[in-house]
Amino acid sequence: MAVGTQYLAEQPKLRTTSLVVGAIALAALLAAPFFLYPVFLMSILCFALFACAFNLLIGYVGLLSFGHAAFFGGAAYFTAHAVKVWGWEPLSGILLGVAGAAGMGLIIGFLAIRRQGIYFAMITLALSQMFAFICLQVPFTHGEDGIQGVPRGNLLGLIDLNQPLAMYYVTLGIFLFGVFAIWRIVNSPFGNILKAIRENERRAISLGYRVDRYKLGAFVMSAALAGLAGGTKAIVFQFATLTDVQWQMSGEVILMTLLGGIGTMVGPIVGAGLVIALQNYFAAYDFPVTVLIGIIFVICVLLFRRGIVGEILELLKRKPKGTV
Amino acid sequence: MNTIFGVPTPALYGQILIGLINGSFYAMLSLGLAVIFGLLRVINFAHGAQYMLGAFAAYLLLTYVGIGYWPALIVAPLIVGAVAIVIERFMLRRLYGIDPLYGLLLTFGLALILEGAFRHWFGAAGKPYAPPAELTGALNLGFMFMPIYRGWVVVASLFICVGTWLLIEKTRLGAYLRAATENATLVQAFGVNVPLLLTLTYGLGAALAALAGVLAAPIYQVSPLMGSNLIIIVFAVVVVGGMGSILGAIVTGYVLGVLEGLTKVFYPEASSIVIFVIMAIVLLVRPAGLFGREE
Repeated sequence: MAVGTQYLAEQPKLRTTSLVVGAIALAALLAAPFFLYPVFLMSILCFALFACAFNLLIGYVGLLSFGHAAFFGGAAYFTAHAVKVWGWEPLSGILLGVAGAAGMGLIIGFLAIRRQGIYFAMITLALSQMFAFICLQVPFTHGEDGIQGVPRGNLLGLIDLNQPLAMYYVTLGIFLFGVFAIWRIVNSPFGNILKAIRENERRAISLGYRVDRYKLGAFVMSAALAGLAGGTKAIVFQFATLTDVQWQMSGEVILMTLLGGIGTMVGPIVGAGLVIALQNYFAAYDFPVTVLIGIIFVICVLLFRRGIVGEILELLKRKPKGTV
Repeated sequence: MNTIFGVPTPALYGQILIGLINGSFYAMLSLGLAVIFGLLRVINFAHGAQYMLGAFAAYLLLTYVGIGYWPALIVAPLIVGAVAIVIERFMLRRLYGIDPLYGLLLTFGLALILEGAFRHWFGAAGKPYAPPAELTGALNLGFMFMPIYRGWVVVASLFICVGTWLLIEKTRLGAYLRAATENATLVQAFGVNVPLLLTLTYGLGAALAALAGVLAAPIYQVSPLMGSNLIIIVFAVVVVGGMGSILGAIVTGYVLGVLEGLTKVFYPEASSIVIFVIMAIVLLVRPAGLFGREE
């Protein structure tokens, strides 16, 4: 799996370029709602955060979770219920979604980290499917209808989220907070131990690290951040449905991360943007989206496993070698 | 009327039979997954799609070519096996030796393509497929009435499972296969064509899934989504059984099917999640699975 951030830290020149690129990207994000449809942008921001949260696990611990939809969709249900039925203020509703997702992450993670590799993927998939079945049956999710008509309300009683621009900047703020949190986690001593586990789990154990605790910690953080994305999505789109908890959604977030670049900071964001844009584009045509997603999956796995951003970083890395 | 724990016996036997039938499919599919995983180290996510393809092949053969159930039992697995061989030859083969997760992701993508395409062409609704005339009607067993086709499915799946087990444990081809699972390089050095063996194994696994699909066609309706709903449960079955042993996969499949049927009698609300709950318990008690080896 590609390692982008370490490389950037070693290369001051690249570091400044990435800072410049980051500043331009931020300016573009701030200006974007004046040129593009805000709901479309907010959808990208939510899924980009979701993909970054998923990437925290696959990219930095090497664990492929096939059940992240449970945290994303679960949090959407919790937030939607708190805001609509209990009349909570939106931010506290989102925080409840985060807490719920973290709790679920604790349970599912505790079971799943008992196995590795492929089994880990199958266990997370099975447990999230179980959660989807539960969501279908319990009354508060309203089965096939989902929770509809969630009010956006006033953020902290101050900002009216019914105004599209206000909603957009709040979503952008949440997104930036989430990505910053992931960046901090990855570049902390904790994150370095995670990478050590990814590279060589046995050696990490022999160095005295309680690997299981680190894995579980990373799993819960990843679940909580996926919950942050899901809760925000429930406020933005004003509904929570079964679509968000089903295995197809887990597959989609894997694709976004794979397409953009597993283990890179920016990759999942690029991947999410591309996948959402493609889905939007093809929605107007008679071409089935599932087939499209499947084809991109196959192409990514066969031709560029590093993903778009991963391949670009690899090219940048190779160039100086050629000149020396 | 007789009752056991307050449940009328006909209802109990009926659910046990349904459980046995579901268990037959769990057993056949987890068997195929285990055979493929044993040699290729690939979790075949497309297994559910190949099962669906088998059912659709039978349906299309009947509707457009007029080929009935009995020939379809042979023809449909051959078609799906051939498709699988092409997939192995041109795609899966390129992923051997790298992280096995990529094999899972590739087959997941293929499953999405197959399901999406069939859903696009045939819609999400199920298509009925009538059982052959010889197997219609019901049998009076004295304690319950059993539809003959359902009895046939249980018997046929037992034969398929035992047959596959014998093929792998008692024949020369099976011996090559087991040897290649242990040490592929050494087996190749002895002059066995291992790449061909890999191709055939994937074809065989997919053909098994397709055969299960044909058997399933008259019971469940033929629909594009029939495979994906099943495959996730089969994954849980595989985690419970562990993929180390073929026999383990078979036994776990039947037992979990019956347990699911019994749950439908005593606590119907939990019947859709009982297998996942059992999986969670097994993970707590015996993480490697009931028949698995720690790797």
